[in-house]
Amino acid sequence: MRSGSFLLIAASLGFLFLYAPIVSLVVYSFNDSRLVTVWGGFTTKWYGELFKDVALVNAALVSLKVAVIAATLATILGTIAGFVLSRFGRFKGRLLFTGMVTAPLVMPEVITGLSLLLLFVGLEQATGWPAGRSATTIIIAHTTFCLAYVAVVVQSRLAGFDRSLEEAAMDLGARPLKVFFSVTLPIIAPALISGWLLAFTLSLDDAVIASFVSGPGSTTLPVEILSRVRRGVSPVINALATLIIVVVAVGFLIASLLMIRAERQRRRDEQKALAGK
Amino acid sequence: MSLAQKPKVPGAAARAPWADPDAKPFIRIRNVTKKFGDFVAVNNVSLDIYRSELFCLLGGSGSGKSTLLRMLAGFEQPTSGAIEIEGQDMAGAPPYDRPVNMMFQSYALFPHMSVADNVAYGLKQDGVPRAERDERVAEMLRMVKLEPYGKRRPHQLSGGQRQRVALARALAKRPKLLLLDEPLGALDKKLREETQFELVGIQEKLGTTFIVVTHDQEEAMTLATRIGVMNQGQITQVGEPREIYEYPRSRFVANFIGDVNMFEGRILVDGVDHAVIDSEEAGARIRIGYAVPGREGDPIAVAVRPEKILMGRERPAETENVLSGVVEDISYLGGLSHYRIRLPSGKRVRITQTNRDRHEDPITWEEPVFLSWETPSGVALSS
Repeated sequence: MRSGSFLLIAASLGFLFLYAPIVSLVVYSFNDSRLVTVWGGFTTKWYGELFKDVALVNAALVSLKVAVIAATLATILGTIAGFVLSRFGRFKGRLLFTGMVTAPLVMPEVITGLSLLLLFVGLEQATGWPAGRSATTIIIAHTTFCLAYVAVVVQSRLAGFDRSLEEAAMDLGARPLKVFFSVTLPIIAPALISGWLLAFTLSLDDAVIASFVSGPGSTTLPVEILSRVRRGVSPVINALATLIIVVVAVGFLIASLLMIRAERQRRRDEQKALAGK
Repeated sequence: MSLAQKPKVPGAAARAPWADPDAKPFIRIRNVTKKFGDFVAVNNVSLDIYRSELFCLLGGSGSGKSTLLRMLAGFEQPTSGAIEIEGQDMAGAPPYDRPVNMMFQSYALFPHMSVADNVAYGLKQDGVPRAERDERVAEMLRMVKLEPYGKRRPHQLSGGQRQRVALARALAKRPKLLLLDEPLGALDKKLREETQFELVGIQEKLGTTFIVVTHDQEEAMTLATRIGVMNQGQITQVGEPREIYEYPRSRFVANFIGDVNMFEGRILVDGVDHAVIDSEEAGARIRIGYAVPGREGDPIAVAVRPEKILMGRERPAETENVLSGVVEDISYLGGLSHYRIRLPSGKRVRITQTNRDRHEDPITWEEPVFLSWETPSGVALSS
């Protein structure tokens, strides 16, 4: 067999494997039948019903709120941790600290969730806070495990950071805090943004940890979907999933376009500079 | 040995502050030592630098020159010793509280700011009002001939342009002292030569004291009012470029600056105003025009620069400073020729001659020749 056609077939099969389930999900979200596996004609009614489903809409709102707050907190704490990891050189217990910061990356989610649940229950018995499981406990839990990802992203960005930039700022009269906000932060901002987006996505995605630490009235979207699917797949869920896919795809497209444009601009600038104009 | 025995620079500028014992130094570095763990980066350095000097710290990598510069900037604190700038002790003063600015080897331009904002950064930290700031930035950009580039980002500039932005930014606050870490290191040869003169021009115009760190001896010779040669954390010699070249005080300095022929030998006669050195390596007795440190029989070396040696077919009348050998190699460079002469001891001597005449019968390969030099050309080195 010629390698050209082999590659073509391999690629087609790969893409089929990846996207066939998603395509079928999108198609069935327009299925005019309560039975998921039977095609009953085209309809958009599930989308209408989706927005009338108060529980689902609430869960989505909780998810968004949790993701935004947890991602922000994780970015702040993760940035500090990343700084310590890349800047403090060799201090006593550095290896232990590194290990402890990055452990949540490899920790099974079930264990993270369970241990956090035990912590919250224990805390509540001892201090009365947090009163039951709520959005607050989910936010704390998500911050904890997202922090590790942000720390790693920030640390790797800082590893390639030219320290003389900070020294130059200090030399020109800026105090350390001013140096951080006027030089360091703007330069590592892309890493912080990607760290935040990563944390946001992880938090939005998570069903396992959230199911341990969420309480009545504070169900996140993945937890809600999971519990409904257990009672049978409803076409409403298909519609919801389709919407999520559309949002993600559009977001991804915009981000890619922006990046390509920035890259082109940069290359043009560099050529101009080389031409000495 | 005492300084009186050391050769004096004939006609050393009498008005130069470093030659005037009453002049007050602008920067005093006193017994400064810097250790990193067990490693001694700077070892008991004392140095006075005067106002409006362009002082070059010259040394190889790891000689401690950059560490010394970083201590002046305040990025490192001396382990012991003191640094004074204009009579003020700088101990504990952070970089942002010193009347000193630095130009970094990597230029360290802020990539997220325009050229104008880079230059304005220091002024902004000082709370200089907007109108005055803009004016000063424009003046600085004019000085480095980058007026039309204010709105560009650093990555939109060529290497030479970036170097000039870094200079403008470091000078914008009108520091009393400017530190330059390998300022021309990242430029190609042609640009480097042009920039050297620009740098000297700007320094003379502003009258700011410059301290330049470099590993390039030619750069140091071109730029400096004085050079401090550093080796293994210590300053081995301080002097004007001419003094350093003509009167090196150690084998290290003689070898580090320019080409040199070094003849090892022993002191035969140590007189009041001269010395005679017997060198087996040279196969001759060498006369030195001043008393040398050490006693008769002590080992000593004589350094003679390649361009100071005369070469001829006839044996000169003198009995000292005369060597004989065979031409081993010639490289003709047009204006100059380099010769390598093999002595009977096996030692090779390098000679540079200017090609003043169109010899019909030039000295050629494998020809026996006599080498000689005038007594003042030889420098005795005991360390």
